[in-house]
Amino acid sequence: MRLRAYAGIGALLLLAAAAWPADGTWDYSEIQNVPEKQKVKTNPMEKDPEAAMAGKILFEDHCEECHGANGEGKKKAPSLRAREVQEATPGAIFWILTNGVVRKKMPVWSKLPEQQRWQLVSYIKSLGVEDTKK
Amino acid sequence: MKLRELRKFFWPMLIAAFSFFNARSSHAQENPYIVAYDHYLEEPGSLEIEYFSTIGTQRGGPNYHAYWMEFEYGVTAWWTTEVYLSGQSTFGDSSVFTGTRFENRFRPFKHEHFINPVLYVEFENINGADKIMKEVEGHDVESDYLTPNNEGKKEHKHEMELKLILSRNYKGWNFTENTIASKNLTNEPWEFGYAMGVSRPLALKASAHRCTFCRQNFIAGVEMYGGLGDRYSFGLNDTSHYLGAGIAWNMPQGWTIRVEPTFGLNGNSHQFLMRWGLSYEIPGFGRKVSALFTGRQQ
Repeated sequence: MRLRAYAGIGALLLLAAAAWPADGTWDYSEIQNVPEKQKVKTNPMEKDPEAAMAGKILFEDHCEECHGANGEGKKKAPSLRAREVQEATPGAIFWILTNGVVRKKMPVWSKLPEQQRWQLVSYIKSLGVEDTKK
Repeated sequence: MKLRELRKFFWPMLIAAFSFFNARSSHAQENPYIVAYDHYLEEPGSLEIEYFSTIGTQRGGPNYHAYWMEFEYGVTAWWTTEVYLSGQSTFGDSSVFTGTRFENRFRPFKHEHFINPVLYVEFENINGADKIMKEVEGHDVESDYLTPNNEGKKEHKHEMELKLILSRNYKGWNFTENTIASKNLTNEPWEFGYAMGVSRPLALKASAHRCTFCRQNFIAGVEMYGGLGDRYSFGLNDTSHYLGAGIAWNMPQGWTIRVEPTFGLNGNSHQFLMRWGLSYEIPGFGRKVSALFTGRQQ
């Protein structure tokens, strides 16, 4: 009976894992939905020469798994080098990091202190636009 | 299932998991709480394997060592599910497997708010020898832990536990409060408890160089938890309360160590608990398992 319960739980977890959704098409509309007040926020780390370097380490630790080593995007998360992201204001990217896009599997990253989120913004903005969109 | 069988099952599985899913660069950002929860869920597709241990002093009987394994999986960004397996060794008595728990946490809102609620639902299938103190509720007191293992394990408990987690981050600080309501599914009254915590990283800015001992990798905090009686006798009478000061060290490659010496705050509480935990996060676990079964490239 107990073994059956464990098997049931195991099957449930495997099912949850296997149910990872198929590719999405990324419309980046969430950036447009950022409140205007947040969009105009400036990056307090903009002039910190080490901000992007620190942001790169944070990116490798927390973002690379889904967004790819160079932010080029993977099947499950959009490219951060798309024009929509690179042309977004630092405040808009910061807001997305803080709030996530929970319904589309992008977690909330407010557990990183504000300074670290701005360091991430510095790094993401330093990636530049990639010619071929994912 | 005997504890010996449990060990036989676990360690090979753990080693296999670590080597097979061999995570690349990863760095957890875990708070130091052992009992309280904040509003952050596991990242979607990530599996966190955790081991926690509590060494408790016991007046009027032998001290004990209670431990549990936790498998936490982020199903989506708003739903995390967990399975627990627990056991304990009472010094001079025996070691017993004390049961399983199945837990789910749900985030109802899509954005961050002034206070962020998370709903917690747990089913416990444990026995009376359970001593892990994953939370304290109702009239739980130190003397409840005096029952010898061979008697305690004969008592089976099926409990439903609900929590409302309210948490906020402000200028690097995390403030969290958990309200607990639990019900033994046999005809026993609802029991209540609480847990609250405050924590903060030792540095808010990340270093521009990868490092293991940087201050930003350490998060210090305090937590307090205790029982609030039951439906018929709500309040602090005949309840126990604890205060712990902890630190979490988030190491590179997904490992986190937590240490929390905890002190009982009244005569009904254990005088001292030494609590610690070790966890390992496997990012992208879901995708890797999915690829195994479907053959899809990651």
